[in-house]
Amino acid sequence: MSTEEKRSGYNGVEDRPTPLDHLETGSGDVSPTRHPSVEALSEAFPDGILRHEVVAGDEHVVFIDPTRSLDILRWLRDDPDQLYTYLSDVTAVDYGGGRPLQVVYQLYSIPYRRALRVKAELPLDGLSIASVFPLWASANWLEREVWDLFGIHFEGHPDLRRILMPENYGEGHPLRKDFPLRGRFSRAEQTRRALEMEPEDYYVPSEMGPGREPQLVRWEELGAGPVPVEGGPAKAEGTPESGTSDEDSSERPSSNRTD
Amino acid sequence: MSKKTVEYTISRTPELGMDFRPASGLMAPTELPEPQLDSQNMLINVGPQHPATHGVLRLVLELDGETVVKCSPTIGYLHSSFEKLGEYRTWNQVVPLTDRMDYLAPLIYNCAYVMAVEKMMGIEVTERCKVLRVILMELDRIFSHLLWLGTWSIDVGAFTPFLYSFQEREKVYSLHEAFTGARITTSATRVGGLMADVPEGWTEGVRDFANGVIKTLDEVEFLLSTNSIHLGRTQGVGAISAEEAVNCGLSGPNLRATGVPYDVRKDRPYYDYETYDFDVPVGEHGDCYDRYMVRIEEMRQSTRILHQALDRLPDGPVNVDDPRVILPSKTDLMNDMESMIHHFKVVMEGVKAPAGESYFPVEGSKGELGMYVVSDGGSKPVRWRVRPPSFVNLSAIPRLVEGGLFADVIMVNASLDIVLGEIDR
Repeated sequence: MSTEEKRSGYNGVEDRPTPLDHLETGSGDVSPTRHPSVEALSEAFPDGILRHEVVAGDEHVVFIDPTRSLDILRWLRDDPDQLYTYLSDVTAVDYGGGRPLQVVYQLYSIPYRRALRVKAELPLDGLSIASVFPLWASANWLEREVWDLFGIHFEGHPDLRRILMPENYGEGHPLRKDFPLRGRFSRAEQTRRALEMEPEDYYVPSEMGPGREPQLVRWEELGAGPVPVEGGPAKAEGTPESGTSDEDSSERPSSNRTD
Repeated sequence: MSKKTVEYTISRTPELGMDFRPASGLMAPTELPEPQLDSQNMLINVGPQHPATHGVLRLVLELDGETVVKCSPTIGYLHSSFEKLGEYRTWNQVVPLTDRMDYLAPLIYNCAYVMAVEKMMGIEVTERCKVLRVILMELDRIFSHLLWLGTWSIDVGAFTPFLYSFQEREKVYSLHEAFTGARITTSATRVGGLMADVPEGWTEGVRDFANGVIKTLDEVEFLLSTNSIHLGRTQGVGAISAEEAVNCGLSGPNLRATGVPYDVRKDRPYYDYETYDFDVPVGEHGDCYDRYMVRIEEMRQSTRILHQALDRLPDGPVNVDDPRVILPSKTDLMNDMESMIHHFKVVMEGVKAPAGESYFPVEGSKGELGMYVVSDGGSKPVRWRVRPPSFVNLSAIPRLVEGGLFADVIMVNASLDIVLGEIDR
């Protein structure tokens, strides 16, 4: 068998246009100054699009009205000229200093090979936005993670629980800028709570049943202020430390832990 | 030679409770009504400390007989808060955190992170650095897939492929060690270049590995690809349709096994991947067997990229000539006041990135690995977010195992190729 035949055997695996071919057809035309989806969005939702930015050279960011986010995202997914069927990521950014939190959706259109970043800004006293789980199943755990680490409530999510932190975690939402690096509680209090955890708490049939109710979200945690410390054997840290220092005076062996 | 016949005589032994009456006829057993037993579903806990969960994943399964009715994954046991830690470190100090996420393909994570930072800062790395990073990423793609292949074959009940693939992995460990000094926690990249240039003879080592791994893959395929036990345990197991896979956010080999040819290297090319001649294998059925075949073929394609990259590897510096981000040479440092100042500023203050943000997706070994970095102009990230491919892939596991058999849960979990260090971060 000649080398050419071998190579054609390899190349037969994939028969579809390369990105350069696709660009020549003109449908996936994204340039640093122009993004077809952004133009179509501002026509379809003239008052839902707040502003449009281009960052890092060629990445297009659209800021949308958080109250209309579900309509806009559904349109982006279903419109035959957009087809953003792939939700890469849902995350949030906290810039600190009382500025609003940003919910970031990284969308990708596999048919048109276009990426678009959609952001919604939420004020600190209204951290709630519609869940996109009805549109993309991939938002399930991603939104749970944003709720867990930032405290943003996603309305309509079927199962909004903590995911990375333990479910009885009481110190707030760790990726917020007002959250100190080593947590709000003292080391002794953290150890006491960790020892209190029972694995069987999350192992009951009522939690597993097919028609079970989603666990309620603790709304009192939605506020931006520090979480009040419940009573414990150890005295908890009073004020959150500043964001630049990772020194923590509570770093000491937990001699007074309960047993 | 006459055929020897064996006659079996069945003797009734009622005292032992055996009944060998024929199935029909006068002596057939009478039909008894099915007893109305009160049955309830059983809860089975798998993990977190179980070798088949590939880490500290915990699955609580509700079983009706052997059928999985409901699957509830619990994660977070390895949560190390890397993203929060990153906000307290300078841009270069984040690099060691990245390879602790996916310790099976650390170089891909190293490269992806600095590529995102460089894109945000507008730094164009040198040509040699680009090709070297392609080599590093493809090397670790094979490295990660080899571990998946070993554990996969253990889960399917085959031990020999495990030994074969780990023997090949050992060579990559040696290459890691020769380049970076570490076998797993490589931390090989810096903003603007690499930790160092590769040592002499290293590229020949990569070429030897790329040639040798093909032979190992042939041997493993000979043992597995047409093995009837392997086929029976994987074909049609954990299947998902293409539309659902896209909706669930699957990426990498798990998505391509369903027939969707989405590969970040082809669809959103970076580092001149569009100029390399390689193919994207896709599956058809989206089941465990197709995921296996896609990964096997991906390793072969990665060796093609490795050979092409080694052929075109140019000479020259690996670091950009930019005193904002790169330390000056030791000679300059000792003889030149300006270099001394640059050195001091880079070490003491860290690299400063202008305000901005960037989301940089690369094709990791597990899927689309996106690094999202946000800067406010300081020397530390405001936000460093990893789009974790295993995390999103694993979130589809209830969809894949519910309705199937309990024994298939192990195969589905193995076929997803998860790494818990990156899921929990």
